[in-house]
Amino acid sequence: MAIFSRGFSGRPRESNPDLPPGQFLTEDFPVLSAGPTPRLDTADWKFEIKTETGQTLSWNWDELTALGLEDVHTDIHCVTRWSKLGTDWRGISLDKLFEDAETSFDFVMVHSYGGYTTNLPLEDLMNGQAWIATEFGGEPLEPDHGGPARLLVPHLYFWKSAKWVRGITMQRTDSPGFWEQNGYHIYGDPWREERYW
Amino acid sequence: MTFRDWLVGTVVSTTMQTPTAKSIVLDVPGWKGSAAGQHVDVRLTAEDGYQAVRAYSLASTGPGDRVELAVDLIEDGEVSPYLVGELREGDQLEFRGPLGRWFVWKPGDTQPVQLVAGGSGVVPLLAMARAHAASGSEAKFRLLYSVRTPAEVFYADELASLAGPNFEVTFVYTRQTPPGWPHPAGRVSREILGSATIPAAENPAVFVCGPTGFVESVADWLVELGHNALAVKTERFGGN
Amino acid sequence: MTHLDGNALAGPLSEVFRDDMTTALGRCASCGDVSVLAEALVYDAAPGWAVRCHACGDVLMTFVRTLDRLRIDMRGLTALEIPS
Repeated sequence: MAIFSRGFSGRPRESNPDLPPGQFLTEDFPVLSAGPTPRLDTADWKFEIKTETGQTLSWNWDELTALGLEDVHTDIHCVTRWSKLGTDWRGISLDKLFEDAETSFDFVMVHSYGGYTTNLPLEDLMNGQAWIATEFGGEPLEPDHGGPARLLVPHLYFWKSAKWVRGITMQRTDSPGFWEQNGYHIYGDPWREERYW
Repeated sequence: MTFRDWLVGTVVSTTMQTPTAKSIVLDVPGWKGSAAGQHVDVRLTAEDGYQAVRAYSLASTGPGDRVELAVDLIEDGEVSPYLVGELREGDQLEFRGPLGRWFVWKPGDTQPVQLVAGGSGVVPLLAMARAHAASGSEAKFRLLYSVRTPAEVFYADELASLAGPNFEVTFVYTRQTPPGWPHPAGRVSREILGSATIPAAENPAVFVCGPTGFVESVADWLVELGHNALAVKTERFGGN
Repeated sequence: MTHLDGNALAGPLSEVFRDDMTTALGRCASCGDVSVLAEALVYDAAPGWAVRCHACGDVLMTFVRTLDRLRIDMRGLTALEIPS
């Protein structure tokens, strides 16, 4: 049994209806990652969707951004307990990228430059819920925050919003990604506090 | 239950070492002592059960019931603001250790020792200097201490008193120097390392501790200067 | 973000191993490098930590601290040699 530390309360926890349980507000944008920051040049960058039919949809930087950027105003919630409210992003909707995808699988594995992976149900990427984000706060996305492009799925804990995103592979079952294999929740809904399994 | 249980120490004194850093002496009955360079994990527990754990180097070394840490404030940190700003005499502090047997100097080692500190990275190296002095070791010791300003030197008086024929201390001030200092403020460079440390030809054991960027630059330069990479031991504090 | 190094593993791994693991030699499954764990690169993204080979950068192990357990995955370590 631990002893209590007199006068220690951890980060200030506010009651704010926009804060999921166990989260605290931050104005900063903490940088957390499972590895070094890759330095990526948009001239060599590409993004691919691979399906079970053998189909590969591929976009280079210009092709991707030509699909049109949407403004996204959203809250983000990190499993390390910080939340940031009212952040402004711009990105390409996953709905557009999946328009021509031929798949009957219900799950995806997201792959990043640098080797990181994370798994999601396909339906969480559809219907205006997910973007390939290329701008944050009106500026190109910085490498430490996943630039040139990261996945943005703000309704789930932020480890699902893979930095330095490289592609998506369809999968038949919800096979776990990098952190999910070893303890992070397979789905990660911050409102149900799905941090671990 | 974990194999290595958490210990409880009682704060017997605290001292501000710099405007932002505090040394903390704990009384820990039954403490079996520590080797120079080891650290502990400190655990704080809030009343709602929330816990935070951080590693801190030990400034103390050898046997006895007293354990000494030195903690530098990280502004947006979670544990250091509590330890520096709130913790006071009589409080209890939970920790486990001593931890780590790699970044350690033992009094029986006779080869020369070069210590290189960046900021609060001096703490485990001070423990080595203390162990060196306490043991009467005749091994040649040298410390290169990179620090922003004179006011931010940890254990300034003690370092001055430990310095002598067997322990040479060189300061590099990166932001502001003392009046009349012969060099302008500036970062440690390969050239400074080459001129102010024990040469590779003497095969020193080297211990480098500080922020990650500092440690990586210094370690790379030391290898370029001819040191055997296996003789350069490093401990990184993170930071920017 | 900056990383720590394997010295920081001493505490968490003391919950699992009897001996200090910072002086243990680990062999990287990816490049074959054999080094003490103290030299590994540690990315602290608490509750998850990723430990990477200092030679090739591939993942040696991850661990995740949950509310009631510590999970360790040693996917990239093919051998551990612990000095006794």
